[in-house]
Amino acid sequence: MDDAYAGDSASPPSVGVVPIVRVRHTAHDCAGPKTFQSILFPPGSRALVDAPSQPPDVVRDLNLDQIIAAVTAGHEAFDLQPFFYAPLRDPDQIAYRHEVMRDLENPPVMARIRVFLSAIREVRETLARAAKLYHPRQKDRVLVDAVDLYVTEMEALARDLAVLPLRSRGFRDFAGYVAGHAASAAFRGMREDGEKAKALLGSIRYCVAIRGDSVTVRAYAGEADYSEVVARTFERFRQDAVKDYRVTFRDDPVMDSVEERILDRVARLNPEAFDFLERYAATHREFIDPVIDRFFREIHFYVLYLDYVRPLREAGLPFCYPAVSIRSKQTFVRSTFDLALAAKLTRENIPVVTNDLFLRGRERIFVVSGPNQGGKSTFARTIGQLHHLAAIGCPVPGRKARLFLPDRIHTHFEREETVVSLRGKLQDDLIRMHDILAQATPDSLILMNEIFSSTTLEDAVFLATQVMRRIIALDCLAVCVTFMDELAALDAKVVSITSTVVPEDPARRTLKVIRRPADGRAYAFSIAEKYRLTRAWLDRRLAR
Amino acid sequence: MRAHLLFRDQDFDPAQPLPAHADELFLDLGLTPLFDAMAGDDKIIRDTAQRVVLNGLFERHAILYRQDILRDALANRAAVREVYALAVAAIEREHKNYFGFISRSPGVVLHRSVDVMAMFVDMLGRLRRLADRHASRFRSEGFVTFFAMLARELDDRYFTELRDHLVRLKFRAGTLISAEMGDGLKGQDYVLRQPNLGQGGWLSGLIGRNPPAYSFTLHPRDEAGARALSELNDRGINLVANAVAQANDHVLSFFRMLRAEMGFYVGCLALADSLTAREQNVCFPEPLPIAQRVYRFNGLYDVSLALSKPEPVIGNDGDLTGKGVVVITGANQGGKSTFLRSVGLAQMMMQAGMFVGAGSFAANLCGGLHTHYKREEDTSMTSGKFDEELARMSSLIDRLDQNALVLFNESFQSTNEREGSAIARELVLAFQAHRIKVVFVTHLYDLAHGLHERGDPTMAFLRAERSADGTRSFRVVPGEPLSTSFGQDLYRQIFSDTQKPEPVA
Repeated sequence: MDDAYAGDSASPPSVGVVPIVRVRHTAHDCAGPKTFQSILFPPGSRALVDAPSQPPDVVRDLNLDQIIAAVTAGHEAFDLQPFFYAPLRDPDQIAYRHEVMRDLENPPVMARIRVFLSAIREVRETLARAAKLYHPRQKDRVLVDAVDLYVTEMEALARDLAVLPLRSRGFRDFAGYVAGHAASAAFRGMREDGEKAKALLGSIRYCVAIRGDSVTVRAYAGEADYSEVVARTFERFRQDAVKDYRVTFRDDPVMDSVEERILDRVARLNPEAFDFLERYAATHREFIDPVIDRFFREIHFYVLYLDYVRPLREAGLPFCYPAVSIRSKQTFVRSTFDLALAAKLTRENIPVVTNDLFLRGRERIFVVSGPNQGGKSTFARTIGQLHHLAAIGCPVPGRKARLFLPDRIHTHFEREETVVSLRGKLQDDLIRMHDILAQATPDSLILMNEIFSSTTLEDAVFLATQVMRRIIALDCLAVCVTFMDELAALDAKVVSITSTVVPEDPARRTLKVIRRPADGRAYAFSIAEKYRLTRAWLDRRLAR
Repeated sequence: MRAHLLFRDQDFDPAQPLPAHADELFLDLGLTPLFDAMAGDDKIIRDTAQRVVLNGLFERHAILYRQDILRDALANRAAVREVYALAVAAIEREHKNYFGFISRSPGVVLHRSVDVMAMFVDMLGRLRRLADRHASRFRSEGFVTFFAMLARELDDRYFTELRDHLVRLKFRAGTLISAEMGDGLKGQDYVLRQPNLGQGGWLSGLIGRNPPAYSFTLHPRDEAGARALSELNDRGINLVANAVAQANDHVLSFFRMLRAEMGFYVGCLALADSLTAREQNVCFPEPLPIAQRVYRFNGLYDVSLALSKPEPVIGNDGDLTGKGVVVITGANQGGKSTFLRSVGLAQMMMQAGMFVGAGSFAANLCGGLHTHYKREEDTSMTSGKFDEELARMSSLIDRLDQNALVLFNESFQSTNEREGSAIARELVLAFQAHRIKVVFVTHLYDLAHGLHERGDPTMAFLRAERSADGTRSFRVVPGEPLSTSFGQDLYRQIFSDTQKPEPVA
């Protein structure tokens, strides 16, 4: 097992910020509060190194890698995955994220943040465009556009955040920071200079006379539009819509030699405007505030997650903010489901079956038995996903949830890619199990899927019983998916769960899992149900 | 500039789809000989004729508008064919000048377009002179309006203006282009300018009279620069090239429209000539309001049959005023199907504004013509013949509009007579109740007899005529259904009494 939980469990992880573009960040003189630093971590969180950049094994076993890949798809450049890999164990840090997420669930807030995101994206694209240009005045002019986009957005954002009903600490501090930024003198100067530059350049109109190889550039002198004159003459032939013969020119933002020579001459014709532009660029080359830049990256964590769950919610699947604890192991979730599977089924318009689950009193362990294809592994994954998603501060699948924050999630899942070593599969299983038990604490969560399936039933029952007794003694949370009914009645800490099938549609894969004793009869009954061979089915089918 | 020879106030739509059931109409009414006679090898006339005939008119005034034009055309055949030939020539000359690909260069577009426009200006001049020569002999609203439009739109001053632009558009003196500064100071809104001419001539008009002006000249070996400059020039003439190229398209589409619309009448002339050569009468039908139920005709014959046979074909007389349901029974090969086709063809040609194959013909307009014929072979592997008939019936019903006319020919005979009759009767009565006009040729005695028994005065019963000696006149006359279809006659005729006829079932 890789170490999924980097560092001291009490210290919040944090990740280095990717600079927005290759410019030196300058902090502006802000009038507002400067306490705001991050939308993902509350003030005072200790910065951490070594957040995982590759999905830990547990993330893969739980199919969380699929979820995270889908959530961050198209935004890989922001390197958001580490935030999704790294669980928190501080309820206050989780609360900080819940608050921000709840604010974003308010449609006006989300809508405003989307405007911000697309504006900053446009700023970045504009700067990237400028970097590809050669003529210095061209670069300067595109910089004016980038600054203009930024300034306009920051002013609007400051205005809008002031009136939005923000409840989270994160957003309220951010709003204060933006207000201070937009009110600063440097910021205002930047805006005024940009407007002047645009006005000076925008009023220029010139004429180019082309005679063979000679080009003359001069001011426009009110000459008539000849295309219009010609079009007017032909107007009387007009029938219905015809083809458009206008050739679309490739609009390369880079100028060719003729354009550059013309631009030089237009600059000579208009010295005031071009001198101003040059001075502007020298003054305002670097303009994006580093805190704003960091916010731009980090807010995607929330926005993308909410975007990911939106179609599922629209399909009627519930999500909720779980109550989390590092003390109580009382567990409760209503109408939960495997998020990765639900996303797939929803895309295919297949309904998703949800499950309720709870552990109360001394109950710690789910033993899941029942028919294959009945959702047993899905149930184990669901529990793992619930705990991981809760620990990164995201809403979890379900109507209402109360979850323990484990110090670590251990998974013992079938690994298809594992080459069977000389030790043999059973030995391999046992060594892995041993390692898990050596590392697990009473605060861990252990998920086991079909352990010891490679040996005789008698062996398997014996080995599994031994492992179970250790887990029971450890008093940690666990899920054990098994074909061995015996494990379901080992102890009062064990809750027996069995899978079922949907009678009307035996082909459906996401199925109901319910609390009931594993007596084997349910299994046979379910198989008959699956093939529509029960008495009730036979009566109905033969009635035609 | 609109010809408006098919519709008083709109163009013919050369892309108007044929009705969904066009294939059935072709087959059931035998339309191919009709269009062959109209079009010969002319694909445009064939295409236009098919669209016009199959997409009929539903208003009397629109039909009468075409009838008038067609009368004019019949009286001025040479002039009509001359206008048509001119349109064909203009289209063909444009096509020869077609460069065969979409040019990426406005320079190429402009050059080609100026040449084509020069040709069109010439052809329009000839059209105008043709109109001057013939206009006075035309009487119909359509032709009078058309010739007046030509005289108005193509006046002499306009031709002078056109020729003047064709010279300027060669830009022998150079081009003058204005621009503004767009994204990244790139030139934008390039506009071709007409130099201000005053003292100093075209050169000072181009370079300007008031300094400063800054010039440069490309190095003779600067090929990239030459390409860039050429592109800049192209940006300048992009719009004017488009304007001329589009003007060509408009003129071309005028000639195409003229060819198509005039082509319909040229096709009618050819059809009239073919029928006259076979000594078959044609007449202009009298279209009656859609709500009436009338068939009144003399010498109504099957035009397609007449075109396919050297000898004259027999016509029918009849007056079916007030009849919404017409049931035709009688001998095999007694002319029932021919009569049914003649009714369908006349209805269709009438609603296209054409003459019809009859001495006289009057009928109410119908809201769409549909046929439901017995199909010879089972076209489907999976469903039976009766199944196929009902499926076809079902999709026919999906298409029915109010006051439609449905021609049935031996429908529902692929099952036993009782079932077939019952289904057909339900259909006929339902259609009658919903004012769908029905002409039904059938051997289903149970059906025909049952309908006859109702004594409904809005139903007519016709029979293929057969004399006592068993010979056929190929006429259809009023008469109640008889319980056999004279298959014995046919049998006897074919087997010439050399064998005993088998009993008729």
